[in-house]
Amino acid sequence: MKQEMIHRDPDDFPIGEEILRMSGITKVYGNGVLANENVNFSVKKGEIHAIMGENGAGKSTLMKILFGNEQPDRGEICFKGRTQTIESPKKAVELGIGMVYQHFNLAESLTVAENIVVGQEPGRGILFRQKSAYDAVEELARKYAFDIDPKSRVRDLSVGKKQKVEILKILYRNSELIILDEPTAVLTPQETEELFHQLLLLKQNGYTIIFISHKINEVKTICDRMTIIRAGKTRGTYEISELSANDISVLMVGRDVVQKIEKPAAKPGKTVLSARDLRYRNEHGAVMLDGVSFDLRQGEILGVAGVEGSGQRELAEAVSGMLRPEGGAVYLDGREITGKTPGEVRALGFSHIHEDRMTYGVAKNVSITENLIANRCASPELGGKAFFDGKKTSALAQKLVEEYQIVCKTPSVPAGMLSGGNIQKVVVAREMSVEPQVLLANQPTRGIDVGAVEFIHERLIRDSREKGCAVLLISSDLNEVLEMSDSLLVMYKGHISGYFADVSALTEQELGLYMLGLKRQSEQELKEALHEKV
Amino acid sequence: MNVGQLIFSTTFLATVIRMTTPILFAGLAGLIASQAGVMNLAVESIMLTSALAGVLISAWTGSAWIGLLGAVLIGIGMGFIIAYTAFTLHADMVLNGVAFNLMMTGGTMFLMYVATGQKGTSTGVPSKVLPTVSIPLLRDIPYVGEVLSGHNVLTYIAMAFTVLMFYFLFKTKLGLRIRMVGENPAAAESVGINSKKIKYLAMCLSGMFAAFGGAYMSMAYMSWFQNNITAGRGFIGMAASALGGNMPLGTLMASLLFGVADAVANTISSLNLPSELVSMLPYVITIIGLVYYSIYLGRKKAPSAKAGKGAKKEEEKTA
Amino acid sequence: MKKFKLDFNLIRTLIAIGIALLLALIIILLTSDEPWAAFGYFIAGPLRNPKRFANVIEAMLPLVFTGLSVSIIARTGVFNLASEGSLFIGGAVAALCGVLLPLPSVISPVVILLIGGLAGMLALLIPTLLRVKWNANEIVSSLMLNYVLYYLGTFLIRTFVRDPDSGYLQSTAFHAEADLPVIIPGTRIHAGAAVALICVVALYLFLFRSRLGYKIRMVGENPKFSFYSGIPYALSIFAAQAVAGFVCGLGGATEMLGMFDCYKWTGLPGYGWDGIIVATLARNNPAWVPLGAFFLAYMRVGADIMTRMTDVQNEVVSIIQGVVIILLVAESFLAGWKKRRTFKEATEGVQLEGGAKA
Repeated sequence: MKQEMIHRDPDDFPIGEEILRMSGITKVYGNGVLANENVNFSVKKGEIHAIMGENGAGKSTLMKILFGNEQPDRGEICFKGRTQTIESPKKAVELGIGMVYQHFNLAESLTVAENIVVGQEPGRGILFRQKSAYDAVEELARKYAFDIDPKSRVRDLSVGKKQKVEILKILYRNSELIILDEPTAVLTPQETEELFHQLLLLKQNGYTIIFISHKINEVKTICDRMTIIRAGKTRGTYEISELSANDISVLMVGRDVVQKIEKPAAKPGKTVLSARDLRYRNEHGAVMLDGVSFDLRQGEILGVAGVEGSGQRELAEAVSGMLRPEGGAVYLDGREITGKTPGEVRALGFSHIHEDRMTYGVAKNVSITENLIANRCASPELGGKAFFDGKKTSALAQKLVEEYQIVCKTPSVPAGMLSGGNIQKVVVAREMSVEPQVLLANQPTRGIDVGAVEFIHERLIRDSREKGCAVLLISSDLNEVLEMSDSLLVMYKGHISGYFADVSALTEQELGLYMLGLKRQSEQELKEALHEKV
Repeated sequence: MNVGQLIFSTTFLATVIRMTTPILFAGLAGLIASQAGVMNLAVESIMLTSALAGVLISAWTGSAWIGLLGAVLIGIGMGFIIAYTAFTLHADMVLNGVAFNLMMTGGTMFLMYVATGQKGTSTGVPSKVLPTVSIPLLRDIPYVGEVLSGHNVLTYIAMAFTVLMFYFLFKTKLGLRIRMVGENPAAAESVGINSKKIKYLAMCLSGMFAAFGGAYMSMAYMSWFQNNITAGRGFIGMAASALGGNMPLGTLMASLLFGVADAVANTISSLNLPSELVSMLPYVITIIGLVYYSIYLGRKKAPSAKAGKGAKKEEEKTA
Repeated sequence: MKKFKLDFNLIRTLIAIGIALLLALIIILLTSDEPWAAFGYFIAGPLRNPKRFANVIEAMLPLVFTGLSVSIIARTGVFNLASEGSLFIGGAVAALCGVLLPLPSVISPVVILLIGGLAGMLALLIPTLLRVKWNANEIVSSLMLNYVLYYLGTFLIRTFVRDPDSGYLQSTAFHAEADLPVIIPGTRIHAGAAVALICVVALYLFLFRSRLGYKIRMVGENPKFSFYSGIPYALSIFAAQAVAGFVCGLGGATEMLGMFDCYKWTGLPGYGWDGIIVATLARNNPAWVPLGAFFLAYMRVGADIMTRMTDVQNEVVSIIQGVVIILLVAESFLAGWKKRRTFKEATEGVQLEGGAKA
């Protein structure tokens, strides 16, 4: 009975040989986004191979294809010398490929052992032998130095331990190729160190690991080789030892095509939004905001650049009232707004283009008109105290649809029926037409068509220059953040690593060094971002 | 006789067990569905349908056991149909359950009239009842024997099911998979478990337990079918499993609580005292228990997320 | 666009009703000796004389109230099933007041209706409060609350206004001043019909024209969107459920004062559950609620006539109700057809993406 769960070492394939080759992979999503273009990528058995690239570069798509979550439009996957079609994650698992996602797939109230063995439970016939499960997991954990109690409930574990459960799930299924999707993003430095120790141990035991990351120092610490993906294409595979950190940064961060955006020079006025020493830890206890301070002035576009997950999202939510920071304060036009609700913050002249337009930006089943008035629930222009005036709301909707070129049959169409670009225009129209003092534009043009992108850029520039609107532009699109911003903040691991008063003087190579944490300005230099004493 | 004497009399305690049995079956039906992450509001209507089926089939075949078998098969079938509408046709589980309940409350009356020509009760139908069991040795123990022995065979089956349920959930591969699917279907899918199939199975099991409860009502508790014979016991069973944390032992205890309240209310009203407040008690306790459980879960869930609570809380509540 | 949407939902509802009626016909054909006569009474019976038609209107009134209430509850996304108990307690409290409160006519029913409404409101807010404050499952708590309210109401009636001469639990007679007057002579259609009509119009305006109604719909539609937009969650949910509870209590009270001269209910009357059917038929839109309630009441009265005149039992209606609701709530029922239509409609007359710039 026991042999079925005793771990078999993956030693039927020689170390150093090419265990996986993905060649000519092309993937176009339904909405026309070209996520992978002729990607070539191979991994040798027994190595830790990094895949590096910015968010949106196409790493995730490539891994989804490898793990059977997505099917490539073109290209071939060759695993252990045989061409394979991986139509589902189940097939990938059968082949011996395992994946640890950033978001764990665990049942919290079950024990560690139950989570690991489910689907391949030890026991005779229909019976499940808890004891054998504990033993098997314990043995597996001991072998690879995982300090974990098989009997504890998953909900009582730290994030780091939960990740170990995920890795053990893979090992229990005899996978020999393990994909780790940004595994250190959720870990403390100590946990990261522990993880690296275990990964090296796995490597010694003949496992092959694909390590997705954008953290250069981590990759340099444990990986053997790396493949860089940028804008959906591979930029080559390198021996880690042959590249310096700067080289990696240059390869990773960059624009292929520079799209110039013309804009008149900014004439910044008084400060309207100030953040001082914002601090926040997420529900897992990871530090997401680590003392963020800056000032935003009338008539300027202040960009926020950074690799995704560096705290931009939390910054946006803290400023807009969607979360309460643990420390620090936010001021809008001299008034403290820390801890106020989104409605209260908006009432003071704040608008917010949310990064997630389908979940937060619109209510899909509701008409365009009703989506357009969501931030005007109390507006006296739209009717009396208790009732909306139907004529006035329709007139407003008609006006905004025309002004913001929202392509629709009538404004009574449900917003969810529009294309991505038009949905985004609905959001932009709603947020900008109230003529806010401060506009937070978080990823305002992500994943939409070129026409809509240009339109939104024009509107942002016009409102900031002509109406003096202060724009805080958070974007992971390098071209956007460099071309649109007057000045720029760079975030890294929850703090501001650089402030550039004049973006036109900044090269993308230089920016890359700050984004990837290779350079950081001094306290004194960062003080430049503060124009006013609070 | 005063109230105290009544409550400790053997007849009273035996009544408690009689009252508890159908609720326990319904509780097990609610439990297994909840464990798979499904809220089965239709336990009530499955019980009702099976109660009728037991009467009709036993009358036709002349065998109580075949009647029970038929009732159980029909319960499983209904569980399957409800699963089909919910998981394949994607009907909202709550509205779906309500629809089945509304359908079968009248539907059983209609079917009974069509099958037997009787309205209201099936007293004229020669249906069979399931036998009572007198347990050797146990029945000879004074007091205890009178309370525990001599119940209907289904009462002992209910007890056995409760124990078996524990083993099924925690000692079989399928039980583990059901718990996994109930808690996190994505996690189950990630290791190749077909969560839809598991939910179908759980609904069929739920139908089976409900059917036993229905059969108990018409073939043991009473010896005929009557309109709305279950009188909300399906809902009470659901509450019992919720109050019992969807665990076998907890569900048993919660069912006993309802059984005691039922028995007390019966006794008191026979003494011409207002019994409503006693009858109300278990429902109030359920609500309080539910709130307590939610507070406990809420604390457990987010011990570290103190910050950001003010604003984030609103969002979480809606999740 | 809006027209098409109504059309689609209407067609879908009609198809579901058609299927259910067909099923009923088949059942009647199989079980009856005089199926066509039975089916005739069922379908056309209420139209054959004015009195029967009046019965339909009488039966429809409580369904309008609970249908309206459930329509609003369903729009908040917090599925409170306490409308049954809420209506009951509204009726029971109205009965108490009807016996105990000596008030002048005209004022008396108005005051009692308001008190009944308030009782219903308080009752319905309990599961909402438990959900919003402690995240307790509102379905289980509201189901339990229905029983609590039933026993509480019965207890109050038994303790304070029981008629000692009756073998059943019923109250002594209400003060004559408390009665809701009959407004159409020769029938039992009472002033509650006017109250129901006012509620339909008021709730339609409330839900679709008022600012608060807008907030309620947005919160139910997409809580994340409304949180981000600055629409208060708890306030909107409470407001909605308070209104829904008030309407339920009001419905119980009008039924009690309009149709009875003393308390006679022998159990939960079931109108709360019926409200779910009505609201589903009306797609949670107050404007359609009277139609849904009429359909249900018509079917029931028709079935009663059928039972009296032929050998088919009126409970066949339950089967029709059940099938209609299951078909309506099953998203996949006709979903493929809708998708194709939707796509066609959405693309019709609209340029392709980015077309505006070109």
